[in-house]
Amino acid sequence: MSKAKEVLLNPIFNDNPIALQILGICSALAVTGNLYITLIMCVALTTVVTLSNLSVSLIRNHIPTNIRIIVQISIIATLVMLVDEVLQAFDYESSKTLSVFVGLIVTNCIVMGRAEAFAMKNGPLMSAIDGFGNGLGYSVILIVIAIIREFVGAGTFYGIEIMPLTTNGGWYLANNFFLTPASSFFIIGFTIWALRQWKTEQIEEPEFKISKNSLEGEKGAA
Amino acid sequence: MNNNDTIRKTLVVAISLCLVCSALISFSAVELRDLQEANKTLDKQSKILSAAGLLDKDTDVTELFQSIEARIVNLETGEFDSEISLTDYEESAFSRDPATSIELTSENDIALLKRRENFQTVYLHYDVDSLNAVILPVRGYGLWGTMKGYLALEPDLKTIIGLEFFDHKETPGLGGEIDNPKWKSIWKGKEVYSDSGDILISVIKGSVDKSSTLAKYQVDGLSGATITSNGVTNLLSFWLGDMGYGPLIDQLKQSEVKDV
Repeated sequence: MSKAKEVLLNPIFNDNPIALQILGICSALAVTGNLYITLIMCVALTTVVTLSNLSVSLIRNHIPTNIRIIVQISIIATLVMLVDEVLQAFDYESSKTLSVFVGLIVTNCIVMGRAEAFAMKNGPLMSAIDGFGNGLGYSVILIVIAIIREFVGAGTFYGIEIMPLTTNGGWYLANNFFLTPASSFFIIGFTIWALRQWKTEQIEEPEFKISKNSLEGEKGAA
Repeated sequence: MNNNDTIRKTLVVAISLCLVCSALISFSAVELRDLQEANKTLDKQSKILSAAGLLDKDTDVTELFQSIEARIVNLETGEFDSEISLTDYEESAFSRDPATSIELTSENDIALLKRRENFQTVYLHYDVDSLNAVILPVRGYGLWGTMKGYLALEPDLKTIIGLEFFDHKETPGLGGEIDNPKWKSIWKGKEVYSDSGDILISVIKGSVDKSSTLAKYQVDGLSGATITSNGVTNLLSFWLGDMGYGPLIDQLKQSEVKDV
């Protein structure tokens, strides 16, 4: 049981798919302008990654190695289309705002990454837990980014006005930069920095060291 | 485990996977289609009502929409067309088909549409028996893509009731402010035609000088979104002009004169 707990909770802070594995950045940039939309996206992704891990794991002993990537992608694509259909039927407004990004869950590296790295080697229950945990890890980062972006960019929290905007007769001049996807780069960067300050074991060794400038060495000798 | 890689097993796995997946997708698509269609219709109806200022939070959209009559109009002649049924009409299909659309010359094509369909659906709202609002679908290119919306006019056919966009790809916070309720509210009461019939309505750069004689034809620009603002001006000029609803508006004016 403790293994299940580890599989579930590890991806949230210790082995976060976005912050440590640096996967699934694309949607973290695109759909984090507004908290409600972000939550829908998180639910959609978590559902897809949990179910895809479960299904891949169930048939893992029958998947021919030659076509295993195609099999995984087919399963993931099917699940994504199902989620998209359900969203269009039950939350039309969000599906309009999310537009192609629900469909793009197919290309989200987290889903494929977990299917290939975990579900191909572990039992269905563990795989489903792993998928759910990674979905949560993704969600945590996205929610943090969305809260910051929505607050600074629009002065609201979950659509509730906190700082009245000048365009609506208030005092807060919105920082429009935070409404553009590029701002997420900075927020993700700072989030990763903050996480690694807290969990110092995540700091990576530099890949190479800058050696002393040879000219400087000569100068020193002279 | 080892015999997974035989050709036979590979084919069996691939084919059965395809069958299961396609069955799942087809099932959900068929099962959910009605709900999805209903959502789309509801969304469209609420935007039309919103443009005409008829949307009321306490009343059901479908019920409110009962008071609106949809008519197909021939854009060449400006006359209502009764041969095409409302259910058969689809804007995107009509504007692509050469038989039901015309190619626009670069001179005419100020809203950057490339082709214009010969027929459109317009919506008329009657209060008891008198015409209360005319709601016209409009569209044109903004910064990132086509902005689609509804323009509602008073029965005098020159005063705006409202302008509502239901589909656009403008930058949130900049061009996306075309959805801002405060900005939308300044359209109400603006006039589109001068007394001599020229199209004067425009979104200007900066704020409107209230003392100017042109103030009633001008709308404050969206800061940081000049191209979107120009796009809105262009699409209104196009659709209100001779290539758009100009002929229809003439026809409606004449019929009103006759009624009196």
